[in-house]
Amino acid sequence: MAIYYSEEHEWVRVEGDTATVGITKHAADQLGDIVFVEVNEAGEEFDKGDEIGTIESVKAASEIYAPVAGEILEVNGTLEDAPASLNEDPEGGAWLCKIKVSESAELDELMDADAYKAFIADA
Amino acid sequence: MTENPKRTPLYDLHVELGGKIVDFAGWSMPVQYPAGILKEHEQCRTQAALFDVSHMGQVIIEGEGAAEAMEALVPGNITGLKPGQARYTQFTNAEGGILDDLIVSNAGDYLFVVVNAGCRDADIAHMRANLPGHLTLTELTDRGLVALQGPASEAVLASLCPEAASLSFMETIEADVSGIPCRISRLGYTGEDGYEISMPADRAIDLSRILLGHDKVLPAGLGARDSLRLEAGLCLYGHDISTETTPIEAGLQWSIAKRRREEGGFPGADVIQAQLADGPARKLVGIKPDGPAPAREGTEVLNMDGDVIGIITSGGFGPTVGGPVAMGHVEAAYAQPGMDIQLLIRKKARAASVAKLPFVEQNYKR
Repeated sequence: MAIYYSEEHEWVRVEGDTATVGITKHAADQLGDIVFVEVNEAGEEFDKGDEIGTIESVKAASEIYAPVAGEILEVNGTLEDAPASLNEDPEGGAWLCKIKVSESAELDELMDADAYKAFIADA
Repeated sequence: MTENPKRTPLYDLHVELGGKIVDFAGWSMPVQYPAGILKEHEQCRTQAALFDVSHMGQVIIEGEGAAEAMEALVPGNITGLKPGQARYTQFTNAEGGILDDLIVSNAGDYLFVVVNAGCRDADIAHMRANLPGHLTLTELTDRGLVALQGPASEAVLASLCPEAASLSFMETIEADVSGIPCRISRLGYTGEDGYEISMPADRAIDLSRILLGHDKVLPAGLGARDSLRLEAGLCLYGHDISTETTPIEAGLQWSIAKRRREEGGFPGADVIQAQLADGPARKLVGIKPDGPAPAREGTEVLNMDGDVIGIITSGGFGPTVGGPVAMGHVEAAYAQPGMDIQLLIRKKARAASVAKLPFVEQNYKR
């Protein structure tokens, strides 16, 4: 199992060819109080960088961009009724979706935990 | 080219309190503090919240006939203001469009005017260009301004300044608060009871610390200010109202007294009088999305046939309502509360309805 991070502040936990995607604690803190989450439906295929959903805080809407190409296998349905859980547990129970990775080479373009830590420290 | 944002007298306190600073209308302002917008919003609805509004312009107009002269620039009833009374009105242009909205107070010997931060320089230039030369106009750049808002505001402020309790909504006095000479006005822009307090800039931090020392008061930033005013159905300049909107289209006819409707004598009076007689072609309305998705500014409003009939001018999540709320301009035929409409949010038409404003009952002490 490996965890990767994107410059869009998403984490990607890979097991086999399935990846669980969420937003980082840093991103959740930056967004502030999250009040609405919407992820595209299971079955949808997308390329890296495509919009696959939206997170809205009280302040503003932020798009969720696909960290790698693939297909949505499952959306975390609990977020619909409890969007605030994204503030409380963004790197645990409040994952956004599971995807089937179609281009595993794209994972190598993402950061590891240390690189991401340095990335947000520089931001 | 962007200039460095300006700082209010409270800037250092915002930083000390952990405020997240953003550039707003050319000013470095706190959008929220560590408690977060939801908590700050709730604090204002249930206890009291302190906002820095020092970025707004404070202006004194002195001289014989100042009230009559101001009436030539705004549709509000300014000559009818008794000493100690304040009134909400708008600067209008020749087309009836709104240049800014403002509060004018009769301070006894002079008019005390508070204008929006973003329009401040233009408003002052407008007044200097259009008010008679014998009037003196002074921009108070050495003053701070805070808004203490919420149901506990009276108890908090009266403990430091007993006179504050005797004010009714839209009344103003000069009084000391803990020995600091202030102008206290019972008004604000959250829908809650509360006060705006103007004080010398070099005492703004002292006074704010005293107010924040009260266990019922927490600091609140621009984020909560925006969600509070939206729920209260209050217009935000540059969004719900602008030079493209008349006071009638914006539902602000209540701010134009009968005498002024009849007599006119303000810029755009012909347009505004015609709209009062015939009704405007479009109106600012409340809009309640049915689902949980907030509709932000710029979202297209559709009728049930899918035709575009308007646009959202302010929208987001209403913490007290517990769901999304919005305001927007729609064709007059669709302005009736309860009408079913649709909102084009992220390319998807979603159900919504026209709603009565305000979303949260205003709680002023009249």
